[in-house]
Amino acid sequence: MSQIKNFTKGFIKDNPVFVLLLGMCPVLGVTTSAMNGLGMGLATTFVLVMSNLVVSLVKGFIPSKVRIPAFIVIIASFVTIVDLSMAAYLVDLHAQLGLFIPLIVVNCLVLGRAEAFASKNNAFSSIIDGLGMGLGFTFALTLLGGTREMLGSGKIFGFSLHAFPEGIDGMLVFVLAPGAFIALGYLIAIINKLSNKTA
Amino acid sequence: MEYFVIVISAIFVNNIILAQFLGVCPFLGVSTRVSTAAGMGGAVLFVMTIATIVTYLIQHYVLIPLEIEYLQTISYILIIASLVQMVEIMLKKLSPALYQALGVFLPLITTNCAILGVAILVIQKDFDLMQSVVFAVANSAGFALALVIFAGIREHLALINVPKGMAGIPIALVSAGILALAFMGFAGMV
Repeated sequence: MSQIKNFTKGFIKDNPVFVLLLGMCPVLGVTTSAMNGLGMGLATTFVLVMSNLVVSLVKGFIPSKVRIPAFIVIIASFVTIVDLSMAAYLVDLHAQLGLFIPLIVVNCLVLGRAEAFASKNNAFSSIIDGLGMGLGFTFALTLLGGTREMLGSGKIFGFSLHAFPEGIDGMLVFVLAPGAFIALGYLIAIINKLSNKTA
Repeated sequence: MEYFVIVISAIFVNNIILAQFLGVCPFLGVSTRVSTAAGMGGAVLFVMTIATIVTYLIQHYVLIPLEIEYLQTISYILIIASLVQMVEIMLKKLSPALYQALGVFLPLITTNCAILGVAILVIQKDFDLMQSVVFAVANSAGFALALVIFAGIREHLALINVPKGMAGIPIALVSAGILALAFMGFAGMV
């Protein structure tokens, strides 16, 4: 497989959120605005790339029986790095994302790529795979966050679009919990419809 | 009274799945039949309670005295992973019947973010041990409740004609959204 194909598969064909349905908790939990979605996506991308790199480098030394616990320790180390750096430099975003930063550890996407890709491929392809998958995840989170923010408050990245008439702030329900499920449901339906047409 | 508030708030007002989005993967994954949903709920109740007690003790008697709280994430996930393994081995020996019922769900639980989430929440909320146990039990009850209700809805969804693009996961997500809306009616109860 060429590296370009390896990189782009995460965006549409194997998009972790819309097609593979991996890592749904942060997808629904943090996407109240486009900015939160972008921040969460980039944090996950960092963990994904670094853990893919390390897993592909040490795959020869780890006995296959204990590989899953070993992968989890590697992932948890990078999650701790992200958690502490965000707490130091991005205080507001860290407070918004809260619990979901340490929960990157149990994001099935990260462990899934380590097991399915990085443990079988060389370091360079693993980095590309992590980057592609991570950016695909970021794209999905930002799209969902943007959709919810626009429907819920008429803004994107905090800028007002003046989409709603005076005196109406937007449909609050899309910023609250139920809106996450409904917005994601319709986004997946739209993507299903589009990909069926092209296929 | 204080425990009562914790229980009501964890089950209905801040339902772990529908309001906090922890454990959504099993919520979508094992909710196609009511019986499997109930089995998963039972397994989560079991593991979540034990895991919360153990991580609470580790936090207060190991991590804080040694001033290594930054190892929280790593140590918790290792504890939960080994705990699940141990529970599986012990159940197999001690209670084959229970193992039959819960066995297939146990390996899935390690990557259930609800377990790690509750373990961390308990520390963030500064609960004492008894409150933590009540919180864990109430949250797993809320998890099981949402899972079983949702599985009941999905059993009926399977019989309905849905537009092709909406079939499967999209319609399930929209139904979950409506269920979450219904649970929002409990807001303001505590």
